[in-house]
Amino acid sequence: MIEKTAAELSQALANGEISSVELTQSYLDRIKKYNEELNSYITVCEESALVQAKEADKKRVHSDSSPLLGIPLAHKDIFCTNGVTTTCGSRMLHNFIAPYDATVVGKLNDAGVVMLGKTNMDEFAMGSSNETSFFGPVRNPWDTNRVPGGSSGGSAAAVAADLCTMATGTDTGGSIRQPAAFCGITGFKPSYGRVSRWGMIAFASSLDQAGPLTKSAEDAALMTNVMAGLDKKDSTSIDKPVEDYTATLNDSLEGLKIGIPKQHFAEGLTADVEKGIQEALCEYEKLGASITEVDLPNNHLSVSAYYVVAPAEASANLSRYDGVRYGYRCANPVDLEDMYNRTRSEGFGEEVKRRILVGTYALSAGYYDAYYRKAQKIRRLIKNDFVETFKEVDVIIGPTSPHTAFELGTKTDPVTMYLEDIYTIAVNLAGLPAISIPAGIANGLPLGMQIVGRDFGEAQILNVAHQFQQQTDWHRQKPNFGQET
Amino acid sequence: MALDKSEVEKIAQLARLHISEADADEVANRITDILALIDQMQSIDTESVEPMAHPLDAVQRLRVDEITESDHRDEFQTLAPETQDGLYLVPKVIE
Amino acid sequence: MEWESVIGLEVHVSLSTKSKLFSGTASEFGAEPNTQANIFDLALPGTLPVFNEEALKMAVRFGLAIGADIGKHSVFDRKNYFYPDLPKGYQVTQLDFPIVGKGSLTITLEDGTEKVISVTRAHIEENAGKSLHEEFSARSGIDLNRAGEPLLEIVSEPEITNAKEAVAYLKKLHSIVRYLDISDAIMAQGSMRCDVNVSIRPKGETDLGTRTEIKNINSFRFVEKAIKSEIIRQHEVIEDGGEVLQETPRYDANKDITTSMRSKEVENDYRYFPEPDLLPVVIDDSYISAVKAELPELPDAKKERFIEEFSLSTYDAGVLTATREMAEYFEEVTQGCGDAKLAANWVTGDLLALLNKNDIEITESPIQSDRLATLISRIKDSTVSGKIAKTVFETMIDDSAAVDEIIEQKGLKQVTDSGEIGKLVDEVITNNPDQVQQFKDGKEAVLGYLVGQVMKISQGKANPGKVNELLREKIK
Repeated sequence: MIEKTAAELSQALANGEISSVELTQSYLDRIKKYNEELNSYITVCEESALVQAKEADKKRVHSDSSPLLGIPLAHKDIFCTNGVTTTCGSRMLHNFIAPYDATVVGKLNDAGVVMLGKTNMDEFAMGSSNETSFFGPVRNPWDTNRVPGGSSGGSAAAVAADLCTMATGTDTGGSIRQPAAFCGITGFKPSYGRVSRWGMIAFASSLDQAGPLTKSAEDAALMTNVMAGLDKKDSTSIDKPVEDYTATLNDSLEGLKIGIPKQHFAEGLTADVEKGIQEALCEYEKLGASITEVDLPNNHLSVSAYYVVAPAEASANLSRYDGVRYGYRCANPVDLEDMYNRTRSEGFGEEVKRRILVGTYALSAGYYDAYYRKAQKIRRLIKNDFVETFKEVDVIIGPTSPHTAFELGTKTDPVTMYLEDIYTIAVNLAGLPAISIPAGIANGLPLGMQIVGRDFGEAQILNVAHQFQQQTDWHRQKPNFGQET
Repeated sequence: MALDKSEVEKIAQLARLHISEADADEVANRITDILALIDQMQSIDTESVEPMAHPLDAVQRLRVDEITESDHRDEFQTLAPETQDGLYLVPKVIE
Repeated sequence: MEWESVIGLEVHVSLSTKSKLFSGTASEFGAEPNTQANIFDLALPGTLPVFNEEALKMAVRFGLAIGADIGKHSVFDRKNYFYPDLPKGYQVTQLDFPIVGKGSLTITLEDGTEKVISVTRAHIEENAGKSLHEEFSARSGIDLNRAGEPLLEIVSEPEITNAKEAVAYLKKLHSIVRYLDISDAIMAQGSMRCDVNVSIRPKGETDLGTRTEIKNINSFRFVEKAIKSEIIRQHEVIEDGGEVLQETPRYDANKDITTSMRSKEVENDYRYFPEPDLLPVVIDDSYISAVKAELPELPDAKKERFIEEFSLSTYDAGVLTATREMAEYFEEVTQGCGDAKLAANWVTGDLLALLNKNDIEITESPIQSDRLATLISRIKDSTVSGKIAKTVFETMIDDSAAVDEIIEQKGLKQVTDSGEIGKLVDEVITNNPDQVQQFKDGKEAVLGYLVGQVMKISQGKANPGKVNELLREKIK
């Protein structure tokens, strides 16, 4: 059962084939068995999960038929969960018990899900390999010597290894899509403003967006149905009605216009991945879609602009971690300055500190125009590229990452790591929705295909992703890890 | 743009981060590499481009002026490293 | 060489919204420490700001009151610095696109002339919390009740040339925000405070000298004294061949001197950038006109009306409109007694003297407007003379009984009965034969003396008109 999608489990629960308590227990057993090796969970909530499961079973008796009722999930440890430790992968918050629920958590609770625990992540979501976590790296279930991607690496690995049915993640520059690609699952980043950021610990406010990591596009639609919507507590949450994203999943792709950005098939893309994506595109042609090459001329500047905007916002967002009101405080500070300096130096890891420094520098007197303002102008150009392109095509498809999962400890140079997100970052700068779905296997490792849509075009890309999954079974492929024979 | 040790120290002071003497060069080099990546932006002319602060073309929503929160001081102060008499304590601030 | 000083003021006014600027936490003065500090105010991870519509409206009210341009597209920025009473490590404020642009207000100088002072801008920002340094040894205590309260920072152009003008400007601002009902503006409670920039330059010079900034002054009196002593200090520095440094000297109210604070002034770099958690605040003409339509009558307009409607002197009208409470009191008295002239005399005269002597606000006056109105009515209907009224007034300060009761009880009622007054007149005529003769000889002025004598033996209660009338009749 545990390998099934949420949609399938929903049926099984409804038919009484299994109870939520039984399902939850089997995941908990599995977590006990395999989490030590994968390190995908920071916190496991055994007791409360079983209470929630029991509650869900009771509700079902009272004919509650919410599609996610009783489905076990995991939350990325970036979401505040009332009464549960919320670390954001950092020593700074290793002891922080959130006194409130993130809106996303609250909405999913209301839909009746069961929270198994909180997943590991790159510290403050800064990383593309899950190696910057204070709680140690997460391993990729397809090859435990490899990274699961990041920053939502724990969520991706847990879904891939069937340590939960589905998970939440956040995506600032590719943090849902890239780990989904590396772990062979579906990862969806909705449009900026579609899902509330209240209670989601901020990395870069104008880029951060929450989304689901799941076993299918259909599951992503089910989760997005619950997660999306206006939240008055988040000024950047958009007041647009939420569609039923499952309603259009089966629409025909006949006549769909797919754009292939030439910049995403250029130097740096590995042959394996390119081949996988080309084959996937053939599937779309079979479904009646037409494919044309498109130009995103400023795409190559997206990483540069991102590494100004994101660190600048982060440098301010992380100033609140000062050892005064919550979280880590250094031992025996001699004075106030010492408290600030040591608390922050000891509480944050290397990558976080590096980005704070870059952001501080980019905003400092004399550099603002050359860096921050310039980056915002580039951001406009990147957005305009997409606006122009979407006048010609309905969706943009390409690889999620230039290659498959790499080995732990092999990318020690920050700039090399930053270039990991070359295909995903522009989407965040423009605020667009995008999904990564499994599109093949190369040398035993999954590869991901990214589908980018128009502003608030969630329904369309979920439809496009789902149709592919109706024709192929890449999303059904499982790693050998934890397969009991 | 290359960053030297003293500049790194200045930024670190602004960000309230302590960088040890031993690490300063390494940190400066890494940041210099990142700045080189960032400086690729300078290759194009953006003179006439309007900066984009936000992906959304939306305006601020307003909140009705009403009290929605109640006092949870004791609960919140269990999270704090040091409190007394309802106050958060820090090493003495010398003005 | 002759020198002149140039002064600019940055005034912070706490807006009297119910809840904070970006959260639904109560924003009241004097609560127990940290009982008005919730998840957003404590900058807990994941919390986000939402802008209070009342704060916006109050800022726009102020802008319209000083004839300023209203920013139809204003933007919040983050100002980054570390301090324990600043929970987020940045203050949300407005840098390049404030809600209120250039405006002006008129101050009245001591010689009665008026001067227009330009306001550069006014913007909305968050207040910080409070650090308590005295309570603990080796520790400071942080109270975040105030953190996140809405402030309006009002920045003047450097057009003020001396301490008195600065105080007049401050008082005018104080009056305007209170008329608008957007702030208590109680300086002692910190709901209005100001930073003063002072520089001096040779007279005729157009460039500004190096300015110093005295921060957080919380009384009108200290503003005046601090400016005076800072100007003196700067003169002394220059006379001694030194140079004024850009710094923030401290004003010591006890010693009445400003002292240079040349200690470790760390250079600040606030790294302002647009606050990404908030979107641009956009307002349209209809919003602005709706706010405009709700504006109350402001001090300048009220003063003009008082002069027109009640024929008051410019001076009296100025005094009576200096604060909203004063104006309200005066109008209540006028309405109650139907005589603006008398009401103005009593309010600007005896009442103000009483308040000043005891250093109390008009809202705390022991003699409420309705009682003063009754007293004036009793003068008008001749129940008491103007002189006796002063005795009644004195009694009313400590005696809360009704005015008529006091007059009755103390037997202060004016005597108008011809028979009774006639007896007194007869007595005076008998006792003053010389003066009576002089009057008969045509010396009109003597009559005043005789009236005075009658008043004296009546203990002031006789109606002077009646006395006058009877004296003329009887001496004839």
